[in-house]
Amino acid sequence: MGNTISALIKKYNGDSTRLMDMLIDIQSERGHLSDWTIDQIAKLLEIPRVEVEQTVSFYHFFTKEPRGKYTVYLNDSVVAGFAGRERVKRAFEEAAGCTFGHVSPDGLIGLFDTSCMGMNDQEPAALINEQVFPSLTLQKARDLVDGMRAGLDIEALKGTEYGDGQNAHPLVRSLVRNNIMRKGDVIFSDHAPGRSLHKIATMSPLQLITLVNTSSVRGRGGAGFPTGLKWELARKAPGDTKYIFCNADEGEPGTFKDRVILTELPMLVFEGMAVAGYAVGAKNGILYLRNEYRYLREYLERTLDEMRERGFLGSTVAGKAGFSFDIKIQFGAGAYVCGEESALIESAEGKRGEPRDRPPFPVSKGYLQKPTVVNNVETLCAVVKIVLNGSEWYNSIGTKESKGTKVISVSGDCGKPGVYEIAWGFSVNDVLRMVEATDVQAVQVGGPSGSCIGPAEFGRVLAYEDLATGGSLIIIGAARDLVKDVVLNFARFFREESCGSCVPCRALTGMAQVVLESIAAGRATRANLDAFTGWASIMQKNRCGLGQTALNPVVTTMKNFPGVYTALVPDGDPAINPGFDLAGAVRDFDAAVDRLGGGHA
Amino acid sequence: MKKFTFVLNGRDVEALEGQSILEAADGAGVYIPRLCYHKDLLPGGHCRVCSVKVNGKVANACTMPAADWMVVDTDTEELNEYRRLIIELLFVEGNHFCPICEKSGDCELQALAYKFGMTAPLWPTLSKNPPVDASHPDVFIDRNRCVLCGRCVRASRERDGKSVFGLEGRGIRTRIALDSLDGLGMTALGRNDAAATICPTGSLVLKRVGFTTPYGARAYDKAPIGSEIEKKEE
Repeated sequence: MGNTISALIKKYNGDSTRLMDMLIDIQSERGHLSDWTIDQIAKLLEIPRVEVEQTVSFYHFFTKEPRGKYTVYLNDSVVAGFAGRERVKRAFEEAAGCTFGHVSPDGLIGLFDTSCMGMNDQEPAALINEQVFPSLTLQKARDLVDGMRAGLDIEALKGTEYGDGQNAHPLVRSLVRNNIMRKGDVIFSDHAPGRSLHKIATMSPLQLITLVNTSSVRGRGGAGFPTGLKWELARKAPGDTKYIFCNADEGEPGTFKDRVILTELPMLVFEGMAVAGYAVGAKNGILYLRNEYRYLREYLERTLDEMRERGFLGSTVAGKAGFSFDIKIQFGAGAYVCGEESALIESAEGKRGEPRDRPPFPVSKGYLQKPTVVNNVETLCAVVKIVLNGSEWYNSIGTKESKGTKVISVSGDCGKPGVYEIAWGFSVNDVLRMVEATDVQAVQVGGPSGSCIGPAEFGRVLAYEDLATGGSLIIIGAARDLVKDVVLNFARFFREESCGSCVPCRALTGMAQVVLESIAAGRATRANLDAFTGWASIMQKNRCGLGQTALNPVVTTMKNFPGVYTALVPDGDPAINPGFDLAGAVRDFDAAVDRLGGGHA
Repeated sequence: MKKFTFVLNGRDVEALEGQSILEAADGAGVYIPRLCYHKDLLPGGHCRVCSVKVNGKVANACTMPAADWMVVDTDTEELNEYRRLIIELLFVEGNHFCPICEKSGDCELQALAYKFGMTAPLWPTLSKNPPVDASHPDVFIDRNRCVLCGRCVRASRERDGKSVFGLEGRGIRTRIALDSLDGLGMTALGRNDAAATICPTGSLVLKRVGFTTPYGARAYDKAPIGSEIEKKEE
């Protein structure tokens, strides 16, 4: 075993910034990363053991104990809950003979929860040994466990009812479905690979940046930073070595559009990275892809090879001397916070995915302290189309301040969940009609880090100037319990996904869940509710967007749905804490003095 | 180094290029409350206690470089209320029982709690009562009292040229990890290491000297935290 670890480390040139790759390989091959393995890696890389431990213990999919020959990660998203996750979970538990968070006594099956894995339109879904099993039912769960007991390999467990489009590609063979419900004029319009590269080869990098600037395209991840300006800053930053990252971490619950784009249009994404590379003067691109999408690995690697063969990547891209650009894929290992650009960079360097304080910004000191641009999948696709069709064309789509289209991921209580490419400027009502949603209580716009709005705001439009969104829309029907089915789940999500570096985020994501549970159970006071107001005010002090928005699920529902909370808080003296369980506290005493059912009950 | 001025709490103060807002304020005799920051270490930016307002926007003083366009406010009612909340959260997250703690009176967390008028934590502790590791002959670590400021982690790396400490886990489950599976005693930590005495609380403590200075005669018994910086001004 020691030999294989040393071979692996050689494969990555003993470079400790490739620690993520090494750990992912070993975890994938051996099913866990033992203390012995950690010792070996540290010794061979000549770094302290604790440095390896820090990274291993940060990521959800790295485990120090074996997690079974078959490891089931059942999605714990809100929409999975809507779709009957609890029943599927119990079916797995009964069939496997162990509860969630454990491995069956024979070591065969491990059952674990996982944060939203980008399958909200086909829930309940699970990841089993890196393969996706969507739309699970009780029967499917039982059949899967039967198959595991019979020793079937993962391909046999999957069967052959592959999803649509490239999900059925021989290198993908996935059960995942695209559910592309609406194609727009930018991202999902026809694309002939490579054409934009030939076109920019006739332009100077500055001309290209000017074009992108005049198109007014802004980052599609949610923050909306002007793309051209980001490139310009990185281009001007001193240094010869620069990097382009494509952020495909897509961890915001309810978002899955990048998965679909990467499945159907991987060349468009990679081409966009090469365009960015030309503008910035970067020769290296890195696709940071969430671990949940590892089933796309061979297919994406093959796509990169094909692009090299066709001259779209390599030392002379599009036949132009000096236009050198190539791309590698960096996988994550299960951490929502790595969708934050500086955390993503830390992770790609083999470290814990803790965001950095800015300044310095990545455009001046990013990956390996070099100027780095991090762009969202969709942004890079849009840029290719802007190069081909011009900025005037792009400016003709959308609203005054939001140009172009947005690909949205719609899930929850509606007739047609899936991916929709719409021009900016659709109102929430427009979207609800389009996706056939009726009797809607609330819409979670932009995922849990966004806001939860009620019917009074459904006239608002999706645009940077009104409801800015990275594209997740979760529709919450009238029958749902907003606090128990939605807010508590999101609170659990942020508790699991906070990196823990900043105090307000770490402590409050820990506290929020405890307090919300007591609110949901009717054991909270008005003062408990009011505490959130003070807490929300210190969240803005956290370093990153995750930390700053981690109380949004509570804050926005309290603002927009105050009734659901006041109904849960008993009237009475606000100073009296009904959370104190008096009967429980004196139960032992009562038992000792034989007073059960006595005065305290 | 180039000198410039910026506005700090309504008056012009001098700063050197490259200085953080916190360092520049220290130089000007203005104390910005801080916990994870230590003058001998690179800033960590974890506690967010040193958050200030720069031209009306929140910024972290220990990591944000001062600049000539800045108008900085460090001591407003709003900021101090934030600080009180953060300190209170740290008491809730850990298990800090001052009356029997070796560090009482020298503890920066306790001193900040007094400064911001926190009397008692209003929420039950989230601490899971991790065991104390006393395996080292000269130092013990009590994670109940840890605020995850990361000073020991940075000091061991930057000052001692070792890597005795690290972070393990994430979120509310984050804890200080050691460079050995067999406890603090099996690490390279030495009694004279910077890391051994840099802890702001009673989490990492030298053995046998905890009560050499009696309660009542300790640093913050005599003067509130920050007064050593404010004194320079006079």
